[in-house]
Amino acid sequence: MNGVHDMGGMHGMGPIVYEKDEPVFHAPWEARAYALNRAMGAWGKWNIDASRHQIELIPPAEYLRMSYYEKWMTRLAELMVKHGLVTRAELESGKPAPGSSKATPPLTAEMVGQTLGRGVPTGRDVPAAPRFKPGQRVRARNIHPAGHTRLPRYARGKLGTVARDHGVFVFPDTNAHFLGEKPQHVYSVRFAALELWGEKAGRRDAVYVDLWDDHLEPA
Amino acid sequence: MSKSKKTSVGRRKFLAGAAAGAAALVSKPQSGKAEETQDHEHGHQVIPSDLTLRVKAIESLLVEKGLVDPATLDALIDTYEHKIGPRNGARVVARAWVDRAYKRRLLADGNAAIRELGYGGAQGEHMVVVENGPKVHNLVVCTLCSCYPWPVLGLPPVWYKSAPYRSRAVIDPRGVLREFGLELPENVEIHVWDSTAEVRYLVLPERPAGTEKLNEEELAALVTRDAMVGVAKVTMPQAGGKA
Repeated sequence: MNGVHDMGGMHGMGPIVYEKDEPVFHAPWEARAYALNRAMGAWGKWNIDASRHQIELIPPAEYLRMSYYEKWMTRLAELMVKHGLVTRAELESGKPAPGSSKATPPLTAEMVGQTLGRGVPTGRDVPAAPRFKPGQRVRARNIHPAGHTRLPRYARGKLGTVARDHGVFVFPDTNAHFLGEKPQHVYSVRFAALELWGEKAGRRDAVYVDLWDDHLEPA
Repeated sequence: MSKSKKTSVGRRKFLAGAAAGAAALVSKPQSGKAEETQDHEHGHQVIPSDLTLRVKAIESLLVEKGLVDPATLDALIDTYEHKIGPRNGARVVARAWVDRAYKRRLLADGNAAIRELGYGGAQGEHMVVVENGPKVHNLVVCTLCSCYPWPVLGLPPVWYKSAPYRSRAVIDPRGVLREFGLELPENVEIHVWDSTAEVRYLVLPERPAGTEKLNEEELAALVTRDAMVGVAKVTMPQAGGKA
């Protein structure tokens, strides 16, 4: 979707604010918000792409106003309701619905180290022929899907060169909507800064964007 | 680039006290009150007072429903506060500086080489390491969200996740680097890596001159998070000095 989250190349966002010796979390609620998102993800009701898309669905003015972990909590609340883990009424009252049964958390403290160490790989060991090869000229498709996509606006329609083939991965654009993993090759595509941003860009500079077969066409 | 004040917190205190009834986060636009608590001057919010209560209320609901275990939350927080952070990445970089064969493996297969040092997993399942040199400088960003190599750098700092960095790193990398105090000559190519897939990038900075006598551990102490994202170079604190 052409949302405000797709920020590459936008102007007017101001200077970068740098905090020296920044703490990992700025407040206890941030730490809890972080951990709640991770722990609830262990229910396996959604995937990382659906989870990212849920943040993109926050209305633009809210998206820009909210701090990072406020977005995370908004996302979590929406996902939990959507996937039936809690009801809106429960979120509003803060109490389980009368007569509801008690579940058992899938992620225990003892499992945390191993679970994080394993991660959730999205590479797929399935046969999928690459449509492109390193060195090949490609054009990023000029598409504007209303749903989730990892093809940023600033690269659409632009000419680039395949710099490397990362292998086969889940396709977020379908996976985010539970329409299947559609595994395909992901490439690091090199776009000259001149191609993306015009003549004032650094002559030797380049932006590398990771794109899937479905985002590209031969050039 | 402006600097913001450091805020510190006592996390343990948070768990004390019962959850007060709080409004849900769902589909409820904030009132003007939250807007006022936003610290535009410093870009990072002053905590909206009711957010603390709302998160606490949601945690207590989820615990009561048996959906999460508070001990699990503690373990998750402890991991990223104390176990996983930029010191991991610094060890990878220092090893690459002292061991040519390791460096070759690191650049050829980031995942496997980083695993050799015991790091990997969540948000670093597919690692690629890019090397800085006299002719090329690499810079990592995630324009669409906040992708960042957690196993080697920990959780991303606020500036990395912020609109200014995400919007400008691709269109004006030299301007961004200048704000970080790094002016690169025209003949140095800047390669910006936009983390749009599940591949996570780590920058292998140049080893600074004057560090020939330092051992691996001393070298690791010089390597900063910022240098591994590509917004800084690694420097010697003072000529001939020790880290």
